[in-house]
Amino acid sequence: MIATLLSLGFFAAVVRITVPYALAALGGTLSERSGVINIALEGLLLFGAFSSTIGAWFGHGPVAGVLGGVLGGAALGALYALLVVTLKGDQIVCGVALNLFADGITRFLLKATFDSSSNSPRIDAWGHIGTTLILVTVALVALFHVVLYWTPFGLRLRAVGEHPEAAASLGVHPARIRWAALVLAGAVAGLGGAWLAADQRQFVAGMSNGRGYIALAAMIFGKWRPAWAAAACLLFGLAEALQIVLQASGVGVPAWAVQMLPYVLTMITLAGFIGRAQAPRALGKSD
Amino acid sequence: MTDLAPPAEAIGCAHLWKRFGQVVANRDVSLSVMRGEVHAVIGENGAGKSTLMRALYGIEPPDAGSVRIGGEIVARPSVAAAIARKVGMVHQHFMLVPTLTAAENVVLGKEPWLGPFVNRRRAEREVAELSERFGLRVDARRLVSQLSVGEQQRVEILKVLWRGADVLILDEPTAVLTPPEVAELFDVLRGLVADGKTVIVVTHKLDEVLALATRVTVMRRGELVASLDPRATTAPELARAMVGRDLAAAPPRPLFTGESRERLRVEHLTVARDDGSLALDDVSLSVRGGEILGVAGVEGNGQSELALALAGLVATGARARVLVDGHDVAHQSVRVRQELGLGHVPEDRHARGAILEMTVEENVRLGRQEADDSALALACKRILERFDVRPADKSVPMAALSGGNQQKVVVGRELLREPLSVLVAAQPTRGVDVGAIERIHAELAHARVAGKAVLLISADLDELLALCDRIGVLYRGRVAGCVDNEFARRAEVRAEVASLMLGAGT
Repeated sequence: MIATLLSLGFFAAVVRITVPYALAALGGTLSERSGVINIALEGLLLFGAFSSTIGAWFGHGPVAGVLGGVLGGAALGALYALLVVTLKGDQIVCGVALNLFADGITRFLLKATFDSSSNSPRIDAWGHIGTTLILVTVALVALFHVVLYWTPFGLRLRAVGEHPEAAASLGVHPARIRWAALVLAGAVAGLGGAWLAADQRQFVAGMSNGRGYIALAAMIFGKWRPAWAAAACLLFGLAEALQIVLQASGVGVPAWAVQMLPYVLTMITLAGFIGRAQAPRALGKSD
Repeated sequence: MTDLAPPAEAIGCAHLWKRFGQVVANRDVSLSVMRGEVHAVIGENGAGKSTLMRALYGIEPPDAGSVRIGGEIVARPSVAAAIARKVGMVHQHFMLVPTLTAAENVVLGKEPWLGPFVNRRRAEREVAELSERFGLRVDARRLVSQLSVGEQQRVEILKVLWRGADVLILDEPTAVLTPPEVAELFDVLRGLVADGKTVIVVTHKLDEVLALATRVTVMRRGELVASLDPRATTAPELARAMVGRDLAAAPPRPLFTGESRERLRVEHLTVARDDGSLALDDVSLSVRGGEILGVAGVEGNGQSELALALAGLVATGARARVLVDGHDVAHQSVRVRQELGLGHVPEDRHARGAILEMTVEENVRLGRQEADDSALALACKRILERFDVRPADKSVPMAALSGGNQQKVVVGRELLREPLSVLVAAQPTRGVDVGAIERIHAELAHARVAGKAVLLISADLDELLALCDRIGVLYRGRVAGCVDNEFARRAEVRAEVASLMLGAGT
């Protein structure tokens, strides 16, 4: 088993699992730093997975698929922004509603498009996009760090997330910044969804399977910092890959106990065991 | 034609009206502030000072009347229009982002660029130059959350100056400052005027007006009632103009004549901050019935924690003892403390003292949850009457009252508690107007004569000198010393307390 853990295959499995977490966590980081709780990551991942499937299927290629995922995620992100920024809806309620909506609409469209209630047909058009997407993810982590900490947009975004009135008193428009943050968050989470669809070469109903919530936990674990959130995702990816290896190796641990591993880690994180995290001060306040 | 401005006017308004529902906040106000003036605007809370300033700065454009900047009428008043005409405002509640540095806060929204990035070095250099030039000492690279209140205010002033303001409006700038910081601020403001800028200061502290202003405008109930030369006026005259009547002379201090037993005893009180450092380090003190013990100190030396610890709102060290009439409550609930007669006026009215969305009556009920309706109605009646709360209506939401009247309700609720043996009052007059201060002071003095033990925590040294029998000083969480407040030695007492505040006792 030790040999398995040190193999390239295991490392690849960790990375494979980590990519969608990391992309969703980046989106979460951006939106929460602007002061908006993004529990809708789950729905954004799922919707991105579906829209990328549509893109890859009708566009006959991986680029169209990726584009579909990004645009689909951005569109759902814009809907979320409309609800919570413009209409000032409660962020938790709207986020949950969006997740339920994404689950329903993808099932409906799946049936309408592919006449199946469980999954799309296999899509070979995805080709070998995986390696590229891994590199893109790494680049995005770096880019998000630079944007958040070095650019005027990032400075304003952090200011809006901490003290929107102060930012507004200097001519920064909190609503515009939050719209931008949520659309970008949707786009990057949608890319995470595209990864899911590309990895499995098909869309499966409900395939996000709680990843958005784990990404949210990783974001908090990373204390709302892009690089650290991605690192936390790597840790969760490791836990999940370990779980698979443990199950396969037939060690005398019940499978359900092993499967809990990533979620137990999530709960330990959220309970604040690993250092107290300071959330953006304006987080969750609709004004 | 009456709107024509005098030649050297910096900012002004003519026949300005502003209503909020039924309340007229500004009634036909015409004001003219000349270039190079330090213009003080004084008045009780609710007199309409802040509303007027917000109108001048364009936050709340007037219902009627006009605003002039630089002698010209502003067609469509807005904050952007005011900034474009080089007017800046420093708000009473700071508008700073705590997780950003001082320099970042200054340049936010108008950042200097370096390619696609914020030119942090240039921002820091410009802020440092500006702070050097006007004596606004602050480290541009430190996070605002690590700055003292005084430094934060300097960042606010730098924000305004960096945007090129010629006219600075400061709303209650001294409310949160220590005496040395006030002196420093005044030096800065004088420097700004010497540099050709115009300063408008809203305040209700009369001695500050006399020390600083070149012109004083007095407001009362939304109207401009007087415009005076501070060099030719006295504090009592100003007070009379503000309140519309003579203020009672400093209340004499009649002695409590009953048997004076110890009612509050604190031993080995220790409170840790979140980071593990000690906010209070082995504090012991004692207050007798019929005595007011003052607690002075520069902000952040443990005063807030002292009040919270006595009220039972923060955990105390295992060795701590807090005796109320002989009963140890150090590790008891708030409820038990109240039942033993401990009242607490919290430092922060909005955070802990009152629930603004609820009515006056509901706020009075807090801490009297089990009182029946008639007892509660009686308590409300007594508070409204004794403290002259306006409007004297227990059914209005707290938010509808001015700050001074809110505070009267809070103080009244605690002071008229039955039973009451010890009152812990933290900054009971902070940010309230003279009329309310006078009333609250009188009631604290009354509680003393009635044999209660009062612990008065205040940043206002004058308040402590006027009311207390003894003044203890907290310095870095320890009792640095305690001075008997002998009336005849007032100047010396003040000097002793001030030097203890700065750490002379350790």
